[in-house]
Amino acid sequence: MTAPLIEARAVTLSFGETPALRGADLEVDAGEILAVMGPSGSGKSTLLHCLAGILAPDGGEIHFDGRRIDRLGEQERSALRRDSFGFVFQFGQLVPELSAEENVALPLLLGGAKRADALARARAWFPRLGLDGLERRRSGELSGGQAQRVALARGLVAEPRVLFADEPTGALDSLTGEHVMDLLVDSARAQGTTVVLVTHEARIAAYADRETIVRDGRATSLSGRAAR
Amino acid sequence: MSVPLTLLGLLEREPSHGYDLKRDYDAFFGRGKPLPFGQVYATLGRLARDGKVVVGDPEAGDGPDRKRYVITEAGATEFEEWLSEPVAAEPHLQTVLFSKVVLALMLGRDAERYLDTQRAAHLRRMRELTEVKRSGSLVDALLADHGLFHLESDLRWIDLTAARLDALAAEVTAR
Repeated sequence: MTAPLIEARAVTLSFGETPALRGADLEVDAGEILAVMGPSGSGKSTLLHCLAGILAPDGGEIHFDGRRIDRLGEQERSALRRDSFGFVFQFGQLVPELSAEENVALPLLLGGAKRADALARARAWFPRLGLDGLERRRSGELSGGQAQRVALARGLVAEPRVLFADEPTGALDSLTGEHVMDLLVDSARAQGTTVVLVTHEARIAAYADRETIVRDGRATSLSGRAAR
Repeated sequence: MSVPLTLLGLLEREPSHGYDLKRDYDAFFGRGKPLPFGQVYATLGRLARDGKVVVGDPEAGDGPDRKRYVITEAGATEFEEWLSEPVAAEPHLQTVLFSKVVLALMLGRDAERYLDTQRAAHLRRMRELTEVKRSGSLVDALLADHGLFHLESDLRWIDLTAARLDALAAEVTAR
């Protein structure tokens, strides 16, 4: 079995006196879609934020592609997020002042791409995600499902190694949510992106290859890693 | 799945031969379990005996397989009654899961581990059904969704039970 792309060992993190992670272990293989499940307040989003370099844990180790990342400084973590990771959050979190295509182009622009090139690459995502004709709209002019598809395009446009998706369908109705998940899974598989999907919904977790449950700040894998 | 009532429903659509009924049954309702020809004709025979279908006029050059079956008024009435009745809501779906949890707690076994095993089994089945939904027709998706919602409801019960295990253990061991 090859080494996992992401490996967390005994990760701890407290917010003040409140422990959020109490020694979480997790492994994610390259190309895998892993669902991280658990009740509200279990620590699953905190774990995702640690894996993605958004939060620095108090203890334990996190490795990405063989490199230890939990002790990196803010600047290095920022570079890692920009170069290797993509993100989709529950409420899209599009920049309201920018058009849909500018939102999608953001990760490329932040990575130093020329504006025209970035916008051209961003526009290529619109027909793929059924967003034809919405390129110039601002987020306030998009439905919830459209905004979340724009957010998905933004998360994948820079072809990240890992897409971190935190309750990506949590604000959508069932049918729209399933449509977003179909697109997320198809797009991630097409470009070989690993996905860490945080969800409390079993129907959404069922799109993943495997699931881990987080309870009281600890992670338990319900099914073993596939032999690779 | 009631085969006689489903065949009556297909005949309510239009008079049909046994072969056509089998083909449509397998396409929409068989889901990997085709209806044997013998069962089709035996069922049609019973429906005819009970006055719910009649054999229509034979077509020119017809062999024994070319009988066309037509639903009667009695058959149509029975089908309509069945269609309009709600399916029994099954309040005891959880009997086996419930019994296992209570017994595990009574015997001091690791009920949480049992629930995790059950949760993994449910999620495995949900992944299979999600794949059916993603790769199949809309009819496949409809059936897969029915299974997915039931499994999801079981999982919600499993989650709630897992959260209450300590209190449940105290109650079942106190007696």
